[in-house]
Amino acid sequence: MNLQVNYFALYREATGCATETLNTEVTTPEALFKECAERHPQLERFEASLVAINDAMVTWNTPLSEGDRVLFFPPVAGG
Amino acid sequence: MFKISSQPLKSNELALGLADASCGGYVSFEGWVRNHQDGRAVRGLEYEVYEPLALIEGEKVMAEALSRFDVVAVGAVHAQGQLAVGDLAVWVGAVAHHRAAAFDACRYCIDQIKVRLPIWKKEHYLDGHSGWVNCEQCVEHGHHHHGS
Repeated sequence: MNLQVNYFALYREATGCATETLNTEVTTPEALFKECAERHPQLERFEASLVAINDAMVTWNTPLSEGDRVLFFPPVAGG
Repeated sequence: MFKISSQPLKSNELALGLADASCGGYVSFEGWVRNHQDGRAVRGLEYEVYEPLALIEGEKVMAEALSRFDVVAVGAVHAQGQLAVGDLAVWVGAVAHHRAAAFDACRYCIDQIKVRLPIWKKEHYLDGHSGWVNCEQCVEHGHHHHGS
């Protein structure tokens, strides 16, 4: 399926891009992150990393759908 | 009411927005830019905010506080962009008929804002280095923060 991936803060700096479009066989954000990290070795998953799909926070095993926009968030630090 | 602001926050003005004649208690929290972090001198910082989702999650936090605590109103504003030492980074206010609920709601809001909203803080140190808070430390400590 075709997906758009968005990177923020540390992740954007680690990958060198804010957005990329890709075609993948994976079905969860968990697997997608691993696939992206293979192409971007600097991309690191932390326990506190968060993921959203189409502007809704989701868990790492939420099923992906064609055309989804997946947002990878490094550990947040508001306040 | 939850907002993201690129302009300097003024807590006095924000507090007036919560004024209510039925309320006897107003509690606020102000997060200021501190001049040090983990022993390093900080000269300033920047907040990156993914605004569409920060606004959604921020409003959820406000709604949760209103339903969990006996408060009349709550509000919060988080800054984005470049800030200097001493600047106001985040403001939370809660008003209630009596003070206890206002304290509880204010604490709940800032605690949730810190862990749930897609906001990232990059500190700039006096030694010229900079780093993303909660991220670089994980790397430096050899990933032992997993599960903490």
